[in-house]
Amino acid sequence: MWEYSEKVQEHFFSPRNAGAVKEANATGEVGSLSCGDALRLTLKVDPATETILDAGFQTFGCGSAIASSSALTEIIKGLTLDQALKVSNQDIADYLDGLPPEKMHCSVMGREALQAAVANYRGEVWTDDHEEGAMVCKCFAVDAKLIENTIRANGLNTVEEVVNYTKAGGGCSACHEGVEEILTRVLSEAGKSFAPTAGTTPLPVQAGRPRLTTVERIRRIEAVLDSVRPTLQRDHGDVELVDVDGRQVYVKMRGACAGCQMAAVTLEGIQEQMIEALGEFVRVIPAEARPHTQEPDRACA
Amino acid sequence: MTATAQGIYFDNNATTMVAPEVVEAMLPYFSEQFGNPSSIHQFGNRVGQAIKQARVQVQTLLGAEHDSEIVFTSCGTESDSTAILSALKVQPERREIITTAVEHPAVLALCEQLEKDGYTVHYLPVDGRGRLDLDAYGRLLSERVAIVSVMWANNETGTLFPVERMAEMARAAGVLFHTDAVQAVGKVPIDLKHTAIDMLSLSGHKLHAPKGIGVLYLRRNTRFRPLLRGGHQERGRRAGTENSAAIIALGQACAMALDHMEHEQTAVRALRDRLEQGLLAAVPNCFVTGDPDARLPNTANIAFEYIEGEAILLLLNKLGIAASSGSACTSGSLEPSHVMRAMGIPYTAAHGTIRFSLSRYNSAEEVERVIEVVPPIVAQLRKLSPYWGVDGPVEEPEKAFAPAYA
Ligand SMILES: Cc1ncc(COP(=O)(O)O)c(C=O)c1O
Ligand code: FES
Repeated sequence: MWEYSEKVQEHFFSPRNAGAVKEANATGEVGSLSCGDALRLTLKVDPATETILDAGFQTFGCGSAIASSSALTEIIKGLTLDQALKVSNQDIADYLDGLPPEKMHCSVMGREALQAAVANYRGEVWTDDHEEGAMVCKCFAVDAKLIENTIRANGLNTVEEVVNYTKAGGGCSACHEGVEEILTRVLSEAGKSFAPTAGTTPLPVQAGRPRLTTVERIRRIEAVLDSVRPTLQRDHGDVELVDVDGRQVYVKMRGACAGCQMAAVTLEGIQEQMIEALGEFVRVIPAEARPHTQEPDRACA
Repeated sequence: MTATAQGIYFDNNATTMVAPEVVEAMLPYFSEQFGNPSSIHQFGNRVGQAIKQARVQVQTLLGAEHDSEIVFTSCGTESDSTAILSALKVQPERREIITTAVEHPAVLALCEQLEKDGYTVHYLPVDGRGRLDLDAYGRLLSERVAIVSVMWANNETGTLFPVERMAEMARAAGVLFHTDAVQAVGKVPIDLKHTAIDMLSLSGHKLHAPKGIGVLYLRRNTRFRPLLRGGHQERGRRAGTENSAAIIALGQACAMALDHMEHEQTAVRALRDRLEQGLLAAVPNCFVTGDPDARLPNTANIAFEYIEGEAILLLLNKLGIAASSGSACTSGSLEPSHVMRAMGIPYTAAHGTIRFSLSRYNSAEEVERVIEVVPPIVAQLRKLSPYWGVDGPVEEPEKAFAPAYA
């Protein structure tokens, strides 16, 4: 079972302020039934001072959800609404001497119930901006949604970058498979493919190897494409070089290869061969993903 | 084992106590009988003899035709993976798998991975009582299917699937059939030689043997490719020096399971039935999940509506009672058990499911004690629940309490 602190256990076994407050003038209801937690917070607020005179909770949830609810009501009693709104979910967790990473969402729920109740008191509409995904990194309690959003917002490409932006994966590294899966999915939506070797750790380039001229680079790239072409043509497909922009090599898959499930796999294979042939890291990307591109065939028209 | 000294253990589908006789049987193989069974000298030879006997004991419990059909592995999960991956390996042209939506993760997680590798997996749905539609299953069988993998008994609800019938259907269609019988072996009679089952997985720790020992039953002449290659152990079908002490323990446990089969079917079943009836009578708004007409004799899974399972377990644990739950919170996932969802159990009930799983080491007193303490625990938690009124659920609970982002 979970490693709950003494404090969590104590608040679970003898919850404070359970039940609805009589003569409540503020109610906040939040939760996620699918994740098994839901909380109704009722407050009695002194209209003159906006002080919380009494607070009560009703919770459908696990041990830490009940303990977090109990802690929340204890913390906010006697505070003004503005003071109460400053209570963070970390404050709730700290009050309980910590929560297991998988259970941090229980404390988030407490804070949100509070915001909802205050909004209700003030006649405002509270909207939830909180999305929750499955826990990916247990070392740092980071869920899939946060990782996904961070990848999108910052255009991340590698596990290392995800570690730097979200902390996810920065501990025991057991969650790297999960992080790679999210990267693969998000990158493929943008037409890119996830390259495990890409990014901040550059491939060792043989010392003393002269830099290739642009012409030589393109020749070698074409040579790699020529070498895979017969295989693709056997499957009634083809590949064509569209553009080379620094380390990005844009290619167009044609015929049976375009949109074929194996396209991504094929591109990865081509990429590996190109890295080998060029002695430097390049990324092979479908032309469709080229920023502001026009169809090459129509470009001159 | 008394209720007060040790607590009440009603979580035997999770794992079981190693039977004292089993411990006794295995102990010498740590000390004086430490030899490698492959060795020529006397140290190894005696161990080899003992393993041979254990193999026959497993064969007898399973009703297998030959003792060479028993392959020792490290656990149920390894057996499941070995069976499914072997079937794919020997029939590379077959790219489909049939399984069910309610399998153990040992099968489901593997199938999900195989989907990523390009295989098509058909997950047979279940109805509200956890039953399969055999006609729908029959329609999926084709020469594109490499293997059918269907559990014999469900670990959460105890529901039994008609695997013997399903294996015959598979055989008629020329498709390999594997069953994860981890929960069934030792609890229901099995006679493999009279079935069309090609492969079967079992796990020692579910039948009073230690953890970390399993078996893959592999019908003679079934095409096979090992998961682990290396030495010639298990006739080259599972390389790695034998876990001799655990194998001998499993043999002993299988012999005892056979001796107690009648007891399991009568006495243990009676305890389970009493527990279930007692709880249903004493607690309002609860119901049994799964198929009461086709169920393991030891398992009762009860949904207590409007409260959450982990909270129930914590309160039970405080009284020294061990059970388990299908709630999201106990697993650390965000969803309640996939088995409950597959049966269409509403969330407010799925989160409050508690599985009581008994064994021959449980007593009638323990059952009475649980019947006595559960109702107040449920009442106490319902008092905290926003879905519960004074002495019943609030009117139209799902509407009366509809939290933001539910
Ligand atoms: C139905 C089923 N299959 C497989 C397993 C896994 O067995 P093991 O823990 O030996 O790998 C279990 C046990 O949790 C189970 O209940
Ligand atoms: S689980 Fe993510 S680093 Fe450990």
